[in-house]
Amino acid sequence: MNPIKTFKKGGVHPEENKLSADQPIQDFPMPKQIIVPLGQCLGAPAECIVNKGDRVLTGQLIGTAKGFISANVHSPATGTVAKVDVVMDHTGYYKPAVFIDREEQDEWAEGIIETDELLTEIKLDSKQIIDKVKECGIVGMGGATFPTHVKLMVPEGKKAEYVIINAAECEPYLTCDYRLLLEKTQEFLMGVKILMKAVGTDKGIIGIETNKMKAIELLDKTINEHKDLYAGIEVQPLKTKYPQGGEKQIIKAITGREVPSGKLPIETGCVVVNVASTYAVYEAVQKNKPLIERIVTVTGKSVKKPGNFRVRFGVPADLLIEAAGGLPEDITDVINGGPMMGKSVSVTSFPTMKGTSGILLMTLHEAQDRRQTNCIRCGRCAKACPMGLQPFLLHKVAKLNDFDETEKNHIMDCIECGSCEFTCPANIPLLDYIRYGKAKTGAIIKARNQK
Amino acid sequence: MSTTLLISLAVLGVLGGLLAVVLYFVAQKFKVEENPLIDEAEACLPGANCGGCGFAGCRALAEACVKQAAEKGNIDGLACPGTDMGKVAAVLGLTAGTFEPKIAVVRCNGSCQNSPAKVHYEGADICAFASTLYAGKGGCSKGCMGLGDCVKKCNFGALHIDKETGLPVVDPDKCVGCGVCARTCPRGIIEIRPRGKKDRRVYVCCSNTDKGALVIKNCSAGCIGCQKCLKECPFEAIEMRGNLAYIDPAKCKACGKCAKVCPRGSIHAVNFPTPKAETPKELQGAEPAEKAQPKPVAQPVETKTNVEPENTVTA
Amino acid sequence: MNKYTISGSPHVHSTENTQKVMIRVILALIPALLVAFYYFGWPALRLTVISVAVCLLTEWLIQKFLIKGPVTIKDGSAALTGLLLAFNVPANLPIWMIIVGSVVAIGIGKMAFGGLGKNPFNPALVGRVFMLVSFPTAMTTWPPTSPLFHFGPIQDAVTGPTPLGLLKENVKNGMTVDEIMASDEFIPFVNQVLGNHGGSFGEVCAIALLLGAIYLICRKVIDIWTPLTILLTVFVFTGICHLVDPTRFIAPWYHLVYGGLILGAFFMATDMVTSPMTTQGKILFGFGIGVITVVIRLWGAYPEGVSFAILIMNALTPLINKAFKPKVFGVVKPSKK
Repeated sequence: MNPIKTFKKGGVHPEENKLSADQPIQDFPMPKQIIVPLGQCLGAPAECIVNKGDRVLTGQLIGTAKGFISANVHSPATGTVAKVDVVMDHTGYYKPAVFIDREEQDEWAEGIIETDELLTEIKLDSKQIIDKVKECGIVGMGGATFPTHVKLMVPEGKKAEYVIINAAECEPYLTCDYRLLLEKTQEFLMGVKILMKAVGTDKGIIGIETNKMKAIELLDKTINEHKDLYAGIEVQPLKTKYPQGGEKQIIKAITGREVPSGKLPIETGCVVVNVASTYAVYEAVQKNKPLIERIVTVTGKSVKKPGNFRVRFGVPADLLIEAAGGLPEDITDVINGGPMMGKSVSVTSFPTMKGTSGILLMTLHEAQDRRQTNCIRCGRCAKACPMGLQPFLLHKVAKLNDFDETEKNHIMDCIECGSCEFTCPANIPLLDYIRYGKAKTGAIIKARNQK
Repeated sequence: MSTTLLISLAVLGVLGGLLAVVLYFVAQKFKVEENPLIDEAEACLPGANCGGCGFAGCRALAEACVKQAAEKGNIDGLACPGTDMGKVAAVLGLTAGTFEPKIAVVRCNGSCQNSPAKVHYEGADICAFASTLYAGKGGCSKGCMGLGDCVKKCNFGALHIDKETGLPVVDPDKCVGCGVCARTCPRGIIEIRPRGKKDRRVYVCCSNTDKGALVIKNCSAGCIGCQKCLKECPFEAIEMRGNLAYIDPAKCKACGKCAKVCPRGSIHAVNFPTPKAETPKELQGAEPAEKAQPKPVAQPVETKTNVEPENTVTA
Repeated sequence: MNKYTISGSPHVHSTENTQKVMIRVILALIPALLVAFYYFGWPALRLTVISVAVCLLTEWLIQKFLIKGPVTIKDGSAALTGLLLAFNVPANLPIWMIIVGSVVAIGIGKMAFGGLGKNPFNPALVGRVFMLVSFPTAMTTWPPTSPLFHFGPIQDAVTGPTPLGLLKENVKNGMTVDEIMASDEFIPFVNQVLGNHGGSFGEVCAIALLLGAIYLICRKVIDIWTPLTILLTVFVFTGICHLVDPTRFIAPWYHLVYGGLILGAFFMATDMVTSPMTTQGKILFGFGIGVITVVIRLWGAYPEGVSFAILIMNALTPLINKAFKPKVFGVVKPSKK
């Protein structure tokens, strides 16, 4: 095992609560009707290319990417399009979606290999891999849902030295990536190999937090057993510390390089990809399978049966909660994602999507009574900030709508990890104000650049 | 003793005199020649520097008026939303175009009663931020968040959040129609409309362009796009924007017919005399024309009056 | 069914809150209070209780009737101010004086600026300095310690000076340090450390205070940097003076345990509200306090200067905060050419 590395600046250590770590992945049965949202990634939603009454096959393209940052959407099931309408997503906003009445039997679209066998020969070249990733609609599945193919396209003049696989899973509660590493080890490693080929490098590093020792050992063992096949891939244990899985933090921890402010990670010669996305890349490239399913962790302290489910997109989240033993009575917070960066849910009937890494049910006790008191200028937020910002200051100037000052104090560098708010003894919603200030400042900068 | 006193007096006196001379010369050297008309024009303006006119502040508008008056002989296109520009024109020796007083109207009636809360919000009191997190307490994605971005931005103290309804209320006495609130609202709920003759105005109190079925789910007072008002209007002043009726203030003659036919009570007719059938005895004596004038003073809270037509229609 | 809560991330929160921070500091001061009780008896305890009660009452009255806002006396900050204020006075101080001091500490030192977190100066020190300049005699006349429990009234007749006052007075009168140390009045180093000597009753025992300080550092309530630099600066500065002229300046280790340095360095200078946030800032802050303290002690009118030094540096805190900002990730200072 390599020596443990970590990023130095800031960070916090919330209670890990990996309740579902030992629960094997279960295939989730599909309901009669599924609702597939067309906007499943960061950027523009896909454009619907099917009409009411059309029969669609599993894996068939139903929405095409519109614009540079956008991803294709495929049908997760075989059936008939009931309607193309709007559906409430987790925020309660109506978003365009395709409603599919499902047939009992999956009929896969042409060219998709459905078998489980491991294919180790990479037939496609770099350009073809990236095209395939784009075609299959793969996005960053850690929650940010940034289209993966955009990441893989190394701009001219830059060189990718490392492919870093972000397996830190630093969010408390979530275990979907961990389970995938344990259960699909070989496929995952093949995915790393494909990514390395795509960006043209021979170094792949998998960064894992040390609270997942089992996965570290298993990966090390597998790599040693197949030395020729997985040459160049290394496992790097990382200290269990939030936000170890932040893109900039994991690069800093592993390579010691800092992504320059306002620049992309490729400046440091690194391409960072999530575990689930890596697996999806393997499926896409080797089996021609588009992204239509993912692992979702359903968990929470008072949840009866926390678990990890392999879910096709479009399955309503309340069915998943049902499968985990139903909604406990003392729940006041439902979170889409992890507790540090996930989003509050207004309605539990929202369809699962590419970015739904977990459904977290939290009790009032845990979500805390957030009674706000005065800032005592203790500076803990500044100490916890992994980006070296001064959250107390940003909070103040954002509240005063002083967007010159927010920009001067690097508000745009905030990665919204929430460490500041986590650590604040006065319970001030620091990140709320910082996000607000960031949005406003971003808009001002954009308007200025367009001039 | 006395010599010390005299010396200090003399020194300080001479020093004071010298510095006064220095100050005089400095003032002369750095004197900025300004047209005295600017000061006079500025005096006509409210002085709140709200930016409603499109300039940095009242003085900037005054400067622009003086400049344009000198160059073109008019002040067309320059208008303070809170003042009769006629005064400014008079100061500058011109005649201004007719000035129409305006007022902010809140186009949402998703009060705590009409659109009961389904979730509970904790966090920063900023509508612009909260609306990125969720659609709204009542579920309406076009409705008022009720956190008061508009209230905070208003330079005239003309807005406040009604605790009962959770909606902002415009004080017609204080509102100058500058439009800062309308620009602040992340959902564009507030509109600047002409105050109307006798302060009577009719508007659709809803901003939801969604289909009727989705509106009904979340709110009992939202416009469902049934188009009854459109058919009723004798002046063709109503148009559909998506599934939302919009009354064009330029065409509307404030007859109030549309408000009566609206099945949802979404159309608000403000400052109209209360229908006779419902009016209690004492109020009936008052002449409608007489009543309309002091109305804003008598009923500063708009929504209170707004609720009435809705009740009368459903009753 | 419950209504779901909508809030921005993060949805979990550390269990830390302001109240806990304040309670920990109060806990850390308990050993010193016990020692004070041992040496000075009931009067010390009485002053402490009155001071804390008056501070709480003042804050409650102001918040309830003047500001008409939420009452936050439960957060413990007013109690802490009261405790620290009491620690800084002689045990035989008349009760009405500590009441005045407490009202000033909370009313002027804290609430006038808007309450907790908004005061530029440490409220306890504001109260103390107010008393020091208003009632100089009462504030600088210290009762001697009575080695056992002492129930009766303290006799004013046998009041003794603090080691620092003794030193200053006698050096002024032309005695050398060695002569002073040889005299009867001089208190040996061991007594200094244990607290068996005259002084403000909270600051006499260095060991009890250090015990509390270690607890606070372990619980990460305070940072070691400010107190460490204060102590180091004082040690080095007085050390140099001692080397230059040992007849006029006493050895540096005496300075460390004399007067309110330990109490000031660990409990007052580390007050979060009024001290800088970054480590570099804290070091500069501590250095400033150290230098000013020594200057006042050796050449100033007062025998002790920790309170003034902290207050002066409190005033500079916003400036220090502005000057020392943490390094932002990924931002390289533009190199010249």
